[in-house]
Amino acid sequence: MAHEIHDECDHCGHHHELVVDGLVVNYRKTRAVENVSLATSCGNCVAFVGPNGAGKSTLLKSIAGLLQPNAGHILWRGTKVGKWSREIAYLPQREQIDWSFPITVRGVVEMGRYPQTGWWKSFQKKDDEVVERALDEMQLRDLADRQISELSGGQQQRAFIARALAQEAHVLLLDEPFTGLDRPAQEGLVTVLERLSTEGRLVIASHHELATVPDIFDEVLIMATHQVAFGNLSEVFNWENISAAYGDGLRRSPDLEAAFARVQKNRQEVSV
Amino acid sequence: MSDFIDWLLEPLQHHYNQRALVAALLIGFTNGYASAFVVLRRAALKVGSLSHALLPGIAVAILITGLSDWSAFVGGLIAALIVGLGSLAVSRGSRIDQDSALAILYTAAFSGGIVILRRLGVTNELSEWLFGNIMSMSNNDLWIAFIIATIALTTLTALQRPLVMMMFEPNVAASLGVPVRALNYVLMGLLILVLISSLQAVGCILALGLLVTPAAIMFLFTNSTSKLFWGGGIIGAVLSMSAIFIGWWLDLEQGPTIVLLLGIAFAIGFLISPRYGLFKR
Repeated sequence: MAHEIHDECDHCGHHHELVVDGLVVNYRKTRAVENVSLATSCGNCVAFVGPNGAGKSTLLKSIAGLLQPNAGHILWRGTKVGKWSREIAYLPQREQIDWSFPITVRGVVEMGRYPQTGWWKSFQKKDDEVVERALDEMQLRDLADRQISELSGGQQQRAFIARALAQEAHVLLLDEPFTGLDRPAQEGLVTVLERLSTEGRLVIASHHELATVPDIFDEVLIMATHQVAFGNLSEVFNWENISAAYGDGLRRSPDLEAAFARVQKNRQEVSV
Repeated sequence: MSDFIDWLLEPLQHHYNQRALVAALLIGFTNGYASAFVVLRRAALKVGSLSHALLPGIAVAILITGLSDWSAFVGGLIAALIVGLGSLAVSRGSRIDQDSALAILYTAAFSGGIVILRRLGVTNELSEWLFGNIMSMSNNDLWIAFIIATIALTTLTALQRPLVMMMFEPNVAASLGVPVRALNYVLMGLLILVLISSLQAVGCILALGLLVTPAAIMFLFTNSTSKLFWGGGIIGAVLSMSAIFIGWWLDLEQGPTIVLLLGIAFAIGFLISPRYGLFKR
């Protein structure tokens, strides 16, 4: 891998950049992502929003290196994202995961060490330490030996985040992480994502609940296969852009209205 | 008392029983171990299709070179690869999904096999290839079983970590650097080899039972992948060898008895498993 070893963003004083430039990706022979460009850096929490089939998952998979772009490129720390990178962790949608698979929480977290251990190498002391720390950080220590279906939705999500921590990833790509979580679990996950980004990681998540975007994220990409807008919430998260992406089907609900108002209020507070 | 022991050990007096026991050990353990991958991959139907696809390969091999263990082996292997890769090509190149493509190709191939074998006038052999005959294992059959057991067990054990990751979630595995597509081919290739190793013993239809049931039984009781592998292997070996004795004592055909015992063991497991069975608490 071309990247130097560099584990904690908050210690290094500068921000690593993720740049997507003119990206076009076909998925199963149809165009899924059309001409998307964005630039963001560690410490941010970015939402990908757009209607179903807008290409959010495809874009996440492309950044994870799982799908190859048909045009354009993705740069992480100035280097093209190739097939995969230890520094970028991908967390699939919950329904894609076979929860009855015979694996414990610790087993899931240990997978994060695969880039270091490879096919055969046994776990070193450092690997064990990193796994234990990740379990602790996600408050999973007591659940570590449970089979993964015995966890609540929020705990399952945290187990996968712990795997990303064990991987020592800088970038976390989460596909609809809030789907299927109850209210307390959602709030817990918001806290976790906030902490991950303030610690200096780049958190990117696809998200379909527009009204909660301002509570979680600070940057947003609004897309409908093509890019509608990307930027700080205060600049681009408004009815014009959202309705341009969602079309006429979207209702301007009080919740959404309140979300826009919150974004504008925050903006004024910042400018004062 | 000594009469009883004599009766117990009597099957061991016979040469073909000894051979059958060796075959049961090799084939039972290998299939049981590999069955964990079939169960975890949820690939039982796919493997079932491939096992049927072995028949036309054997038929064509007999047609071309006459009957021998090695030609049947090679023929079966080629036919399974053609059907497996063919279904992949069809699903990639058209809107037909892979399961449908597999069903079309394997039933067509299977019918072709029956037509050829009937035409060749080897009806006896036909039933032997369909249902196996573990009591007539030749030296070559035992060699094939031994070589395949060695290849399959070492490869599956060596690649266990990336294979488990791939079976759990292919996208996550790929994002961590596991060569998912290549491993998938390796796994399917090994499963075809394992199917072929049990061909002479239980035939191409019953082979599927041996390559699914042992780990499925373990899956009712454990949440550890390594217990699934080794436990599946032990169940496969012990029940296969038991079937040789039971078949002898009760005068039952041994090949089907193996699969029958596995089915009974699964039914018992399904009834008594405390966590994942019928009467789970």
